Amino acid sequence: MELSGNTFTTSERLDATFAALSDPTRRAILARLATGEASVAELAAPFAMSQPAISKHLKVLEGAGLITRDRDAQRRPSRLDARPLAEANQWLAEYREFWKSSFSRLDELLNESKTGKKKKGKKQKHKHKKH
Amino acid sequence: MYPDSFKVSTPSDREIRVTRVFNAPRALVFDAFTKPELVRRWLLGPPGWSMRVCEIDLKVAGAYRYLWRHDGDGREMGMGGVFREIVPLERIVATERFDEPWYPGEAIDTTVFVEEGNGTRMTITVLYESMEARDTARKSGMERGMAMSYNRLEEQLLSMPAM
Repeated sequence: MELSGNTFTTSERLDATFAALSDPTRRAILARLATGEASVAELAAPFAMSQPAISKHLKVLEGAGLITRDRDAQRRPSRLDARPLAEANQWLAEYREFWKSSFSRLDELLNESKTGKKKKGKKQKHKHKKH
Repeated sequence: MYPDSFKVSTPSDREIRVTRVFNAPRALVFDAFTKPELVRRWLLGPPGWSMRVCEIDLKVAGAYRYLWRHDGDGREMGMGGVFREIVPLERIVATERFDEPWYPGEAIDTTVFVEEGNGTRMTITVLYESMEARDTARKSGMERGMAMSYNRLEEQLLSMPAM
């Protein structure tokens, strides 16, 4: 994990990504943008929402780096940037993967311990202190 | 069969839960989670990581400390905490804090071992302390709701033509 002064840390980026994704309207906007760029008016059309309300959502998505917007053009079309999504997905997958890999290793260790124990006879008293 | 029992879920807004059944008696599973010489052999995550530090002072107010290092690029990841409650073979409650935190503050881990058939069901529930930490955890979604929406979104992303 990289840490640098003037850019987001990985965990801050993930924070922003997940926060942005936690809203159903914003997810719908992203899904729409996955099919191609769109203006605020085009994005507002399928929702029962005003353009300023959509603009607010776009600001959050832009802050999270999930979309980019054309500054110069009149329509200021929004475009999807999939990189933060890939990073968020990787983080979730890593969390699961950490435990999955560890547990399959533990399965082996427990099997070993079980056979090892048989050799020594069934002496498995616990020495954990009472408190 | 046993690997299939693995589940990650979000039982409440403040919790993330990992559960798994192991084909071993409870005493063995409890040892595997509490004895450093055993823990360092399996709590390693994906291939490539090894445990440089694994210290467990298994008593109330005792500390534990884990430090992993990636064998390839030398990256390190550390975490630790303090035990709050220990019921031998059954239950461990401890605080959890990562060196480079992905959520603010501390979390409380409750690990429970329950005999199930010939095996043992282990359940770790991570409870986030602060509202901020809880929200970060909730946003992380895991598994349900958001992750599913996200999967759908990702499918769309994958099916779209290259930009």
